[in-house]
Amino acid sequence: MDLESLTRTSGEWLKATGPDSDIVMSSRIRLARNLADFSFPSRADDRARAEIEELLRRQIAKNPAGRKLNYISVSSLDTIDRQMLVERQLISREHSETHGQRGVGISDEENVSVMINEEDHLRIQVLRSGFALDDCWLEIDAIDDAIEADRTYAFNDRLGYLTACPTNCGTGIRVSVLMHLPALVHTKEIQKVFQALQKINLAVRGLYGEGSQAMGDFYQISNQVTLGKSEEHLIRTIQDVVPNIVSYERRVRQALVSENRRGLHDQVSRAYGILKTARTISSEETMDLLSSVRLGINLGLIDDLEIPTINELFIHTQPAHLQKIRHEKLETMERNVARADYIRQRLSERN
Amino acid sequence: MKCGRCSKPAVLHITEVRQKEVQALHLCEGCAKEYLSHSQASKADAAIDSDSESEASLLEELDQKLCPNCGISFKEFRAQGRLGCPHDYVVFEDELLPLLENIHGETTHAGKIPKRSPQASQLQFQLIKLRNELRTSVEEERYEDAARIRDSIRHIEETRSKAESGRTSNDPD
Repeated sequence: MDLESLTRTSGEWLKATGPDSDIVMSSRIRLARNLADFSFPSRADDRARAEIEELLRRQIAKNPAGRKLNYISVSSLDTIDRQMLVERQLISREHSETHGQRGVGISDEENVSVMINEEDHLRIQVLRSGFALDDCWLEIDAIDDAIEADRTYAFNDRLGYLTACPTNCGTGIRVSVLMHLPALVHTKEIQKVFQALQKINLAVRGLYGEGSQAMGDFYQISNQVTLGKSEEHLIRTIQDVVPNIVSYERRVRQALVSENRRGLHDQVSRAYGILKTARTISSEETMDLLSSVRLGINLGLIDDLEIPTINELFIHTQPAHLQKIRHEKLETMERNVARADYIRQRLSERN
Repeated sequence: MKCGRCSKPAVLHITEVRQKEVQALHLCEGCAKEYLSHSQASKADAAIDSDSESEASLLEELDQKLCPNCGISFKEFRAQGRLGCPHDYVVFEDELLPLLENIHGETTHAGKIPKRSPQASQLQFQLIKLRNELRTSVEEERYEDAARIRDSIRHIEETRSKAESGRTSNDPD
């Protein structure tokens, strides 16, 4: 896989082709798995880590469940390349920042990523555009089966799949849905959603998962419990709650339109105007404005721009992508200029 | 199991025998420390608790207990929040179950089961241990030991692959 060319493309999951993709940006399932006869990565010495990487790299090379995966040795990448993979959600921050032998297998469409030597030996992830958890599960279950046919996983009759952190043991599953909820944020109704989700043990996080800030009105909703419930049950819990949030967001959007269409039209148009003309812009402001423009497109207030372009801009305007696009290391101020240049160029291409 | 004095998970389980009265106590770490220091202090007054010294060292022992495979102690686990190897779930079962109950509300897996049977898990844990020993013996240039350990590993692997191929032929999966 050519990392240089990634700056000109985006993952399949950003193309807004899935169900409810005006509000549900993406669906994601990950499984944590470990080989039975090795210590967990943080406790494995260099030689053991190398052995684990080699064993699992061979599994990836076999194209599990017919999925062609391109292998990248993460430990031999420089910081910016690793950061770029994080920005594309192909590896976790922990995987980028930890040390020692590690790697990732990524499908061409960037729908599948298999991390080796993250917190666990194996972190399999499947992403889909829109609200499509059943598809994610079918695919990840098949990949998991294919790897397990050759390797013995750490598993215990009582506690299920054994993981480095007890918060993941049992199914080792994290089911999450990334939602764009600008109207609920704008009206502060989002607080009610948080409280309701908390009551049923679901976590709400920002764009980049654990510990990340909510940016651009994106929220990730995921399960916390992994032991004592089946995968199907945990998936269904999320599947049951997401349509309620989707219709809540749609209702509030319609209310905003009927209360003050002109004001809303003005706000999203100004946001679009700034993005098209600014000469320097911070990452934070970019996220806010892109969020407004995304809302504007979905409400039919902006009609000369498509959702996949906006989705891609959320990713391509981040620090590592900008530096890869420019082929140079840039400080914050320089990045703000590069970001504004890049956005102007992308938005003028479309007209 | 929850602590008998507060709602935190109990990590220490004490059976107190005092003048033929038997009392079971389940305490979290904080309450256990308080309980133990209190029982130490009362020893000076009453001098009837012949066991209190060993009780005081219970917590210490708990922290000192090591996994024979990866060498992690429960104290280290608590400090970093990550276990060392799959066998820790067996070694620290008593300490982990209350923790798991607290996190997940349940302690019995109800999801997917690998087609490969976990029956061989003891052998797998043995393999982790032997591989670690093999590395150490090579590093310390104890080549005779290394050769012996390598043979044991090979033996276990052969037994396991035989058992697995035997199972696959009977198993429709």
